[in-house]
Amino acid sequence: MIIHSIFFYIFSIIAVFSAIMVTVSRNTVHSVFFLILDFITISCLFIMIGAEFIGMIMLIVYVGAVAVLFLFVVMMLNVSKQKNEWLGGAKNSNHIPIGLLISGVIFFELIIVVGGWKYKPDLLKTFSSIGIDLNTTNTHEIGKVLYTDYIHLFQLSGMVLLVAMIGAIVLTFRQREGIKRQSYFKQVSRERNESVELVDPKNNEGVKIDV
Amino acid sequence: MFEITLGHYLVLAATIFTIGVVGIFLNRKNIIVILMSIELILLAVNINLVSFSIYMNDLVGQIFTLFILTVAAAEAAIGLAIIVIYYRNSGTIRVQEIDKLKG
Repeated sequence: MIIHSIFFYIFSIIAVFSAIMVTVSRNTVHSVFFLILDFITISCLFIMIGAEFIGMIMLIVYVGAVAVLFLFVVMMLNVSKQKNEWLGGAKNSNHIPIGLLISGVIFFELIIVVGGWKYKPDLLKTFSSIGIDLNTTNTHEIGKVLYTDYIHLFQLSGMVLLVAMIGAIVLTFRQREGIKRQSYFKQVSRERNESVELVDPKNNEGVKIDV
Repeated sequence: MFEITLGHYLVLAATIFTIGVVGIFLNRKNIIVILMSIELILLAVNINLVSFSIYMNDLVGQIFTLFILTVAAAEAAIGLAIIVIYYRNSGTIRVQEIDKLKG
């Protein structure tokens, strides 16, 4: 048990540290690296607590897809040269005290809510009947519930991903001017009377060609 | 101290949530860092859901975490596409120079 708690403290310290470094580091690429470290640490915590499937999926989705997407965009946009002016911008410095104040209030409220069942114990009651069976694996349990009770939500989340994919493609699609492309439809549907013209040239006048 | 309870996980999640909010409020850099802060906030919510799910013996929290993961991936894709377009059109994504709405 002591080992478990020591690991918990180590992982949570690393997680909080890397979360801070995501926001304050001077280089955007370093921010992305610390974001990856944060995701990996939190997925280790998930695996430790007994939610292996969510931990592995977080590793795949966040580290494998989202963080790499961030890295690609940072590389493409060439923003790594822009230095961070976190807390140092002289122009908009009146935002900083009110931002810190509101963040502190949010943290205070969250801590109050965390201790909520100390004074109201029936907050900790669950109302659903889907328990965790410790005799089978976590993945098996999730599969049994996700594909039966939550099948509609599952398919709707697939629709969300489809819409996001189409939206990203439509947003970044760019039709460039001045590039000759092949159009099969135009080529195949060309007919004789619109491409060949018979001209009868007269003497000493020639033919006027309009291109 | 040496028994990890639900409260430990919730305090960790609250801390990461607050760091994400601070990152949004006090950012003077580019919008990509703001998107990363949003990812941190969603991560904190995931920690809450998974720890409640384990400690209260209820699987629905983990199912919901999967859906939040889906929405986070979609949001990152759309947000980064919008950032790419904005950079292509205006040449900057610094927060201070994005003032077309005069807000």
